Amino acid sequence: MADVAIQSNPVVGSGTRKRGGLQRALKRKSTAAFLMTLPLILLIAILVIYPAFYSLHLATLNKSMQRFIGFGNFEFLFKRETFWLVVKQSCIFAITAVVFKALIGFIVAHFVHNIPAKGQRKWRGMLLVPWVIPPAMSTLAWLWLFDPSYSAFNYTLSYFGIGPISWTGDAYWARFSVILVNIWFGAPFFMIMYLAALKSVPEQLYEAAAIDGANWWQRIWYVTLPMMRNIIAITTLFSLIVTFANFDIVRILTAGGPLDHTHIFATWAFRVGIEGGDIPLGASVSLFMFPILAVAAIFILRDINKRGNES
Amino acid sequence: MSTLAIDKAGPTRKTKYGSMSRDRTWALRWSYFFLILFAIFSLVPPIYMLITSLKSSAEISAATNPWWVYHPTLSNYVELLTSNQFLTFFRNSAFVSVFVVTITMLISVPAAFALSRMRFWGSATLATGVFLTYLIPDTLLFLPLFKMFAVFGDWTGIQLINRWYVLLLLYPTLTVPFATWIMIGYFASIPKELDEAAIIDGASWFQTLTRIFIPVAMPGIIAATIFAFTVSWAQFLYPLVFTTSTDQLVLPVGIITSLIKGDVFNWGQIMTGALLGAAPPLIIYAFLMDYYIAGLTAGATKG
Repeated sequence: MADVAIQSNPVVGSGTRKRGGLQRALKRKSTAAFLMTLPLILLIAILVIYPAFYSLHLATLNKSMQRFIGFGNFEFLFKRETFWLVVKQSCIFAITAVVFKALIGFIVAHFVHNIPAKGQRKWRGMLLVPWVIPPAMSTLAWLWLFDPSYSAFNYTLSYFGIGPISWTGDAYWARFSVILVNIWFGAPFFMIMYLAALKSVPEQLYEAAAIDGANWWQRIWYVTLPMMRNIIAITTLFSLIVTFANFDIVRILTAGGPLDHTHIFATWAFRVGIEGGDIPLGASVSLFMFPILAVAAIFILRDINKRGNES
Repeated sequence: MSTLAIDKAGPTRKTKYGSMSRDRTWALRWSYFFLILFAIFSLVPPIYMLITSLKSSAEISAATNPWWVYHPTLSNYVELLTSNQFLTFFRNSAFVSVFVVTITMLISVPAAFALSRMRFWGSATLATGVFLTYLIPDTLLFLPLFKMFAVFGDWTGIQLINRWYVLLLLYPTLTVPFATWIMIGYFASIPKELDEAAIIDGASWFQTLTRIFIPVAMPGIIAATIFAFTVSWAQFLYPLVFTTSTDQLVLPVGIITSLIKGDVFNWGQIMTGALLGAAPPLIIYAFLMDYYIAGLTAGATKG
């Protein structure tokens, strides 16, 4: 009974209190909002922003991290042949893998979209499995499939008279294998993204195109692609970042070998920085991932802002 | 007369329909053909994992048909599941993942709520910043972080390197930005009237969050949880750099460093370990596929 009385009191006499209460609520609101985001801000500031700048600082130190040597690490890198090999391989790896992931994702998404809606779930579920398995685990399976002496692929190919291929031993085949595994792992992501985008294209557009006599190629070129442009752009840029920064697949499959011919920035930075004990040089290597990242991020942000303005 | 005209129009129409549906069936057949091809490509590695895991070492080294198991045996599973080392890896992985998921949700849900509903100075910039943080890869940060933790250990005497719980600090840098980002998207889609009504009824901000937003955005929360779990279960670089003693390793690194001894690959056990390591995400995926896919697509389509 007492509770009820107390609760009803403010309601009766709220006329004068309302303003003060509102102001206090506003004040509380910004404080509360700040407190709610504080852990996030701290996490990002201490464990992301600070290390990012710290790696800039690290890159200017000598190996024992006691002396400032300016651009010494970079000068050293530019003179080394391995570095330019790594640059070349990173670009080949990222661009080839992303192009094929996007193409395969696009094609498979169309096939899944084509079949009756009842069966789509099942197929989608099967085709997404590579993305779900932790890449470190699935790459082990690939390593075993590529095994020099017991390769199951070579066993199968021998029936077609194709000689044993040294999947991870030969420089070109090793590059091919690494890219293949990356495509296998990443294509399902594109497939799911494109499938979601395909579903959002209004059916009337295709009907209108069909009435205008468009063939399947024209339907894709003039209807599907323009409607999916945003998703294609954002997925590709995002995948470019992730692929460029890839570590697991190359590390487990070839560990950079044979003779550094599959090293990319991340694996080489690990080799130099952790295994070689030269953290500043490793940090300088990994910093080369930054430009591509920045460019992709600018494009993605522009896209997001544009969409924000549209809606 | 009119019926005659319709009859005349009928046949031409019919043939056209016929050819169109014949086109459709062919398109369908081709679709299925290529889908089967791609499904084989997708499923060969996991199936091969299973096949190899059922073989004994003798059968593997006998180089019989690699795609078939002649003498299936569960000895690899028994050996791994009774080995203390493997169970330690599994336990470490489970601990890390569960804690990281908890930390992630505790940080990102309130932050996403504040960023999507309580406009304050700098909130829009912060939301964009969160997304940008998500784009910074682990491979860019592992060296400075390693040095940071080493220096921190020297200064304070708290040794974090080579302890499994250092991963509880590292993984949230990967999971929190994305979880926050998709939660902002989910919260933004909740109608404003709902929380206005709650505020008018006298609910505090905290109550609005726990009584209205969390229940309504449950699908988003489940998607973010699954994402955080998958990322922390699969992460390979950070544990490889930050932990080295066998009792501190998580599953992916543990399998690779302990089952591969020099040049000796015990493939039966490696594949069994890999399959067991892949099982938790696969099981979650099998049961919660729709949430999984919603989380996957939310990152790029919402915002």
